[in-house]
Amino acid sequence: MNAIVNIPEWVTLACMVMLALALLLSLFRLIKGPTMPDRIVALDLTAALCMGFAIIYAVDTNQERYLDITAIVALVIFIGTVAFATYLKKKYYD
Amino acid sequence: MINTIIIAALLLGGAFFSLLAAIGIVRFPDFYTRMHAATKAPAFGILLLQTGAAIHFASIYAIGISLMVIVFIFLTAPVSSHAISRVAHLLKIEIWDKTSMDELASHQDYGKGKSSTDDTTTPKD
Repeated sequence: MNAIVNIPEWVTLACMVMLALALLLSLFRLIKGPTMPDRIVALDLTAALCMGFAIIYAVDTNQERYLDITAIVALVIFIGTVAFATYLKKKYYD
Repeated sequence: MINTIIIAALLLGGAFFSLLAAIGIVRFPDFYTRMHAATKAPAFGILLLQTGAAIHFASIYAIGISLMVIVFIFLTAPVSSHAISRVAHLLKIEIWDKTSMDELASHQDYGKGKSSTDDTTTPKD
């Protein structure tokens, strides 16, 4: 690693605040959402926001190991979404 | 110095697009528009954030992880959103009354495909 320059603190703070606000809004849809696919989509968005948190935290603390989290979450949530879709489809055909 | 400005702009842009997705998922009127907002904007936001992180660390490890995640997100986000919206259309989730066309509903043998025990015939879309 060559001479990492620290990002100013207000930048990471502003990113964290925006992501937290987005997390609150998507949790609102997750709780309220009138149908099941609404909730699945909100869960998908929540996972993407968690990946954003991990990236911002990695940049903030200069620890590149935290970028692993994004890879794991991206793998898991894809399987989760497709599994939910398959489950609902099975329910439709029964 | 210029490096810092680029990274800060990428990070702020990525967080902003994620926030736009969340606003969209709350404000849009029906499921299909919400799904549209919630699957495309976060993919672009993650792209910006990962690019910012890759430029910030500038190591093989960070660039590799970032490229891997970007490619994976852009491969899987369309697949999962297509699966979810297809199931939602099968379950007859309400469409916004200002939607002008719904081609899938007027298709002739739509929705009367297989039973769950019969795997040889698939529903035609």
